Amino acid sequence: MTSALPGTPFHARTAPLVEGQTWRRWAGYVVASSYELHHDREYHAIRSSAALFDVSPLYKYHVRGRDAVRLLDRVVTRDISRAAAGQVLYTPWCDGQGKVLDDGTVAILSPELIRMTSADPGYRWLAANARGLSVEIEDASDSVAALALQGPNARTILEQAAGVALGTLRFFRLTTALVRGVPVTVTRTGYTGDLGYEIWMDAAHALSVWDALIAAGSDYGITPAGMLALDVARIEAGLLLLDVDYVSARKALIESQKSSPLELGLEWAVSFEKPAFVGRQTLVAEREHPAEWKFVGVEVDWESLESLYQDVGLAPRLPTTAWRTSVPLYERGTEQQVGYATSGCWSPLLKRYLTLAHLEAPYAEPGRTLEMEITVEHRRQRAVSRVSALPFFNPERKRA
Amino acid sequence: MTRSRSAGAGRQYDAIIIGGGHNGLVTAAYLARAGRRVLVLERRYLVGGAAVTEEVVPGFKFSVFSYVVSLLRPEIIRDLSLPAHGLEVLPLESTVTPMFNGDYLAAWPDADRTRREIARHSPRDAEAYEEYGRLMGLMAMAVKPIIGMVPPDPTSLSLRDLRGLLKVGRHFQSLSDRHFHLLYKLMTMSAADFLDEWFESDVLKATKSASGIIGTFMGPRTPGSAYVLLHHYMGEIDGAYRAWGFARGGTGAISESIASAARAMGADIRLDAEVARVRVRDGRATGVVLANGDEIEAATVVSSLDPRRTFLTLVAESDLPDEFVADVRRFKIRGSSGKVNLALSGLPDFTCMPGVGPHLRGAMSISPSLEYVERAYDDAKYGSFSRQPYMDMILPSVIDPGMAPPGKHVMSVFVQYAPSTITGGWDDTRREAFGDAVVDALAAFAPNIRDLIIQRQVLTPADIERITGLTEGNIFQGELALHQLFFLRPLPGWAQYRTPVRGLWQCGSGTHPGGGIMGAGGRLAALEILGQNA
Repeated sequence: MTSALPGTPFHARTAPLVEGQTWRRWAGYVVASSYELHHDREYHAIRSSAALFDVSPLYKYHVRGRDAVRLLDRVVTRDISRAAAGQVLYTPWCDGQGKVLDDGTVAILSPELIRMTSADPGYRWLAANARGLSVEIEDASDSVAALALQGPNARTILEQAAGVALGTLRFFRLTTALVRGVPVTVTRTGYTGDLGYEIWMDAAHALSVWDALIAAGSDYGITPAGMLALDVARIEAGLLLLDVDYVSARKALIESQKSSPLELGLEWAVSFEKPAFVGRQTLVAEREHPAEWKFVGVEVDWESLESLYQDVGLAPRLPTTAWRTSVPLYERGTEQQVGYATSGCWSPLLKRYLTLAHLEAPYAEPGRTLEMEITVEHRRQRAVSRVSALPFFNPERKRA
Repeated sequence: MTRSRSAGAGRQYDAIIIGGGHNGLVTAAYLARAGRRVLVLERRYLVGGAAVTEEVVPGFKFSVFSYVVSLLRPEIIRDLSLPAHGLEVLPLESTVTPMFNGDYLAAWPDADRTRREIARHSPRDAEAYEEYGRLMGLMAMAVKPIIGMVPPDPTSLSLRDLRGLLKVGRHFQSLSDRHFHLLYKLMTMSAADFLDEWFESDVLKATKSASGIIGTFMGPRTPGSAYVLLHHYMGEIDGAYRAWGFARGGTGAISESIASAARAMGADIRLDAEVARVRVRDGRATGVVLANGDEIEAATVVSSLDPRRTFLTLVAESDLPDEFVADVRRFKIRGSSGKVNLALSGLPDFTCMPGVGPHLRGAMSISPSLEYVERAYDDAKYGSFSRQPYMDMILPSVIDPGMAPPGKHVMSVFVQYAPSTITGGWDDTRREAFGDAVVDALAAFAPNIRDLIIQRQVLTPADIERITGLTEGNIFQGELALHQLFFLRPLPGWAQYRTPVRGLWQCGSGTHPGGGIMGAGGRLAALEILGQNA
């Protein structure tokens, strides 16, 4: 018996491509951090041609039955009852105190079949909320394989691989197709903030779909891409990540580690009109007062960064990969800490140093100048930083 | 700057920029950003000058002249928010040099991989390579403040010049002895001699020396070529020196992004508008006259054209001091390179690395030995194009599939040497003979290339001059030689973007700090016009 973690259903194709054996763990699987030794090209493929991600480790649940919609409507903060079959919704969900447990997508495959994806295991929470409902919940995490095809050429490639026109498939809608005879669900979704699709299929036929996409995409710059590239793209897109940008209320050890959707910039995804959903009562009350915290973009000022490095005789060192640590933010010119950044990266596309941050609400308006802690040659310094609205990058093609 | 009326255009302008190349556009954008009413006049149907993308063969997009980017100043990218206007620089990660014996030398994006590769040729060089790269990076950092300043005039006693000289002096004093000596060597030695101090592998030296000759009329053994080596190291991408990239959509996309930024800031850009001459009254520029006879007034006129074209064709000789005109005539321009763009039905198959691989995503350098490159120069010295030229090639469609129809490719071949004046002069026959020499030299390393060519575009220095207006087709608007740099660029006493005609300014690559898609001249000129340079 081997003790190695399993690969995903695409492992036979991805494994030979990982030049530096740079694997990372994700939900009990191993996936590529990057295929090439450096992830630069994989990142640029997202923005200039098309990147192919293996996102199979996502947790996936099928909810079947007469009350499928009712269950989801009860659990998540968005209004599922008003969504039509063929729609996909991004949504957080909360505990009874209105603190976020997780976030993911809800795809309405048919009136009685919904697929939910999540970053953490979610079966128990769904089951706990299903009392009295006529639903069947299936953990499809292992049986459904998933790919994300993201980038300006994604549509052309997928159209050729699936032999269907996708021009009418709108942002956050789904359709079904056959790729080399394999039935797949195609959702116009992704984690990159670009034009892109996610393709869901039976794990047993995963390799055929991979091969078909690679074949169709070879003339369009299709590039298998790993998690390092994805991490940069999702920061540019201002998309938050569980366990990095926020702590699940389920795992929080102290109250202050928890966040409400309003504090995470997700107010838009809370349907207050819905008569009932988990956490509603607290959230309705919370809406009456302005949130104490805001989740925003903060950009590190280049001139400031450059001069800090110049002082020690160095050219500015930029992070070569996205970082995931908590970094203090201060009111300008004072010792008062007013927030912290949780993710950051140099954007090779925008040529800007971007971070995602939690700020006390009075300091969170776009354009405000702050200071971010930065370590230059082992010494703590502060670089001038500026609050920015999210997303940092939002191309027309994403929705067009 | 005083406001003045413009004739015929319906809009008044404070400043007219002659030429819509990247420097002209940068100047326009900075002036417009400061609230000036700016008009750019471009002779051709598109902006960009030598930084253009054109669909010469239907479906195939060529970066017709300039083809890679690295030197574009990061402060310009930031100040003008060029990424928001469409600039996207894709990495160009490797360089492979095929050799005559079927072997190759490669530099890969990973340092360890490159070290192992070089070790096949010389274990000593493999380790020296990293140290060399580090030191050249330090040298690039050392000259960075110089690149970013208006050259002080060492013969002037003005407070500002003295302050500038003091700044330069202090800066050089801050370098360690070792670094200062190294810098001095770079300013004076030949690329080959300089590289001899570091490396023993001939193919490595040949490939490195190529950076020292690109765009110049020098061979790798010509003193002064080491400086050009350094010039090509000054490129910064994301804070890393010596990083080269390819603009998505080709080089024209860079110009388009600057033009878009300039327009967003309020500048007007008029295409198909050739300027015939600069109007001068009482020693002061008052506007321009277009080739179609239209006159447009402005108190500030900025030429992005090279010094010779500016002062010998746009301004009447009688409006300039005799000594100045003589200096302009002495300014060394000397075109030395040509360009061949190929529309291909498939990918070239290199004997040294058969098939499709990562090498096709980077540069391929035809520089198998120092002697090969020096002999290529010998041909040029004696009035001919190189029979076996040095070539720097990339396949833009591999990096950016949008450059060619699916499954097809474009190849950009920078060729040296192609002197601007060859014995008998350039004509169609010699152009095609030059094109044949290039394809032959290429076929020596990638035999299938002939079968792949759907169409070729051969550009001699004469063609480059005819299309872009660059005198002698010189890509730097004037030799990057020590006697034409810093406070001597373009001319002694006139390095601060001014000219003897009040209100007439220059902003092209012929000014400090020189060529490549850098934009520094355009920016410094604008800041000088605005009185914003310290």
